[in-house]
Amino acid sequence: MIALLIRDLRLAVRAGGGFGLGLAFFLLVAVIVPLGVGPEPATLAKISPGILWVGALLSCLLSLDRIFALDFEDGSLDLLATSPMPLEGVVTVKALAHWLVTGLPLVLVAPVLGLLLNLPGAGYAWLLASLALGTPALSVIGAFGAALTVGLKRGGLLMSLLVLPLYLPTLIFGAEVVRRGAQGLAVGTPLALLAGITAGSLALLPFAAAAAIRVNLR
Amino acid sequence: MELRITNLAVARAGVPVLEGVSFALRPGQALVLRGPNGIGKTTLLRTVAGLQPALAGDIAVAAESVAYAAHADGVKATLTVTENLAFWAAAYGSGGVAAAMAAMDLASLADRRAGNLSAGQRRRLGLARLLVTGRPIWVMDEPTISLDAASVQLFAGVVRAHLADGGAALIATHIDLGLEAGVLDLTGHKAKPPAAGGRVGTFDEAFG
Repeated sequence: MIALLIRDLRLAVRAGGGFGLGLAFFLLVAVIVPLGVGPEPATLAKISPGILWVGALLSCLLSLDRIFALDFEDGSLDLLATSPMPLEGVVTVKALAHWLVTGLPLVLVAPVLGLLLNLPGAGYAWLLASLALGTPALSVIGAFGAALTVGLKRGGLLMSLLVLPLYLPTLIFGAEVVRRGAQGLAVGTPLALLAGITAGSLALLPFAAAAAIRVNLR
Repeated sequence: MELRITNLAVARAGVPVLEGVSFALRPGQALVLRGPNGIGKTTLLRTVAGLQPALAGDIAVAAESVAYAAHADGVKATLTVTENLAFWAAAYGSGGVAAAMAAMDLASLADRRAGNLSAGQRRRLGLARLLVTGRPIWVMDEPTISLDAASVQLFAGVVRAHLADGGAALIATHIDLGLEAGVLDLTGHKAKPPAAGGRVGTFDEAFG
């Protein structure tokens, strides 16, 4: 398991692995939005929680199809499925690797982008907290979507259509945490729901994803 | 550590391709599968490897004893030869990376990125993976593709050593490896079409 994690991280940071693509995309979204909606600080402060969360979500989506597609193309997925590692474990480790490469950098860079979007001062801690709690769910839900479409040629678009609706609860509660935090309101409820979604996805989706891969490998 | 197949029927994409396949493979034995393209050699091997369910019949084999080598090598282009093998050794909880590289004549390529290998060298790396799995029954699908004559001899020697060690090998191949191996021609096991009283395939691929 550890070996698989190390392998996936190594593949991600080597040439063509796509490390940093999501991060660059996130940065671009945060820079482009003020150009589109105008520079008024009050408007930006109002929309920044939502923009940051949508940006994080889209950046995550961008690299999802790599989770299994590359391993499927070169035959590694067949070999992983016949190896002693349980496929559920393979899915979990691959989702974890995706989060370490994509989700975690987004969490760390988000406060800087919050500055660009004039996020109110009280919101920064909640931005960090909500992304740290929510992005693991994005990775594991995404791994499920990638598992469903593995083996399909050009399955990326179909996967996005499948995954985006599944991201909605995470997006709604994640952005709500930041919005309430920025306005100094109580954040307990959306934060608990966000954590619940993440915990539920982590507990259930690896099994669903492994079942989907088994069907797709037949 | 025996592999016993009884009256096996397999299907590809819901269409039955082979039926009534029976054989047994004991330690030290090798069996070569032959038959024309499309007869179902790969499907049979994938079923034995556990990647797809059998339509009928029985596969009796000890758990965690089969190592499968597919058409594709599962080699990561941006990892070095050593890193590729070390990953599989760790995945199977075994060792012997250096020995496997020596056996498949890869030692001089140890630090080369797999993406820079020739097709034959990559194939040798794919086959070296079998050695690091430490599993007794090797199930191989056209293992000699893109190997030159010398590498085929090298590979035949590796398989022979594996058999002498008490291992077994099930190989789909069209060339003569010079092994003391039984041959099973699958031509006679082609599944009858439903019109001729054959089995009707299951279209419920996901849950069938």
